[in-house]
Amino acid sequence: MSQRLINWFKFASPASFYPLAGTLWPWFAGLASVLCAVGLWISFFVAPTDFQQGEGYRIIFIHVPASWMSMFIYCVMAFWAAIGITFNTRLSGMMSSALAPTGALFAFLSLWTGALWGKPMWGAWWVWDARLTSELILFFLYIGYIALTSAIDDPRRADKAGAIVALVGVINVPIIYFSVKWWNTLHQGASVSMTKAPTMATTMLWGMLIMALAFWMYSIAIALYRVRAIILERERHATWVAELPEMQR
Amino acid sequence: MKPRQKRLAIVLGGLAAVGIAATLILNAFQSNLVFFFTPTQVAGGEAPKDRPFRIGGLVKEGSLQRNDITARFIVTDTAREIPVAYKGILPDLFSEGKGVVAQGTLGADGNFTASEVLAKHDENYMPPEAQAAVDKAHEASRTLKQ
Repeated sequence: MSQRLINWFKFASPASFYPLAGTLWPWFAGLASVLCAVGLWISFFVAPTDFQQGEGYRIIFIHVPASWMSMFIYCVMAFWAAIGITFNTRLSGMMSSALAPTGALFAFLSLWTGALWGKPMWGAWWVWDARLTSELILFFLYIGYIALTSAIDDPRRADKAGAIVALVGVINVPIIYFSVKWWNTLHQGASVSMTKAPTMATTMLWGMLIMALAFWMYSIAIALYRVRAIILERERHATWVAELPEMQR
Repeated sequence: MKPRQKRLAIVLGGLAAVGIAATLILNAFQSNLVFFFTPTQVAGGEAPKDRPFRIGGLVKEGSLQRNDITARFIVTDTAREIPVAYKGILPDLFSEGKGVVAQGTLGADGNFTASEVLAKHDENYMPPEAQAAVDKAHEASRTLKQ
């Protein structure tokens, strides 16, 4: 292990990750604010009106990045769950718990902005098509994860139970993503994907990608911030916590 | 095998098992997961006969007629067509040549009586000028062909 450039296992220890997260999160928070300001400015003032939906389409700049984020955060939680079960590291469970509320927030935002967009464009707040239903299931998975892990008092057992929810639920993510391809849905197909050129005007695309990046930075910042609180709570009896400079008062 | 590798194998094996189970379940429920039926599917007898269902397709160009508050139009998937009657307010994005999803029942005469009409828009977003240019190009290629 010692020949490696960075010893990753060192940061698997809460004691060494706590200060690292403390240094990193303000940078991500700063980036998030700047990108969000630029992204919203492009969304509202630079991006052109749509030929079909007029100004109403602008909710896409929140809706799509929030939906991407809700799916991606769940994948990251599943990744940490797999690491936690495999290597038996304490930090991975804490990372999952730190990410869950942000993921739930984005899933909710995605459903909510989707409803606001659906009413004027489709003519319905909600329909039970495959895309909308699978995203709703994702939201319930987040809520279920949070409820389950908070219902178990022993944090190590809570992490294990949560890890299983995260791993089983991750099957839902490809279902959400491909639902518009596999089945007839009211929801339209993807405008941006790996396999074909985006079907949006370039400035619209830029606005959406910058907003997506802003949401990424926000998620990283808030997860690091939250994981610090979780570390302190769980390790409150440890000597390293008692020796922290912020505890010397 | 180290315990660590064993646990990783269990995680990956479990994921694969759940994945396969999900695939099988979704395959079994394939017909229930469909939000709407296309006119071709309806003609092929795939749509339920005894209960309301949704049909989806494009509103045929030039087919929309309004009579008081009853709107009549033809839903087409370019192969088959179904005439639809709907009493109510059509969504803003509803227009000829665009996507539509209608819920209702299919009469014995082949007419579809809709209780709800939803507009289905595509994933293309562009400024009106760009759309005008696209239309112009289409028009030009059409005249060239003729």
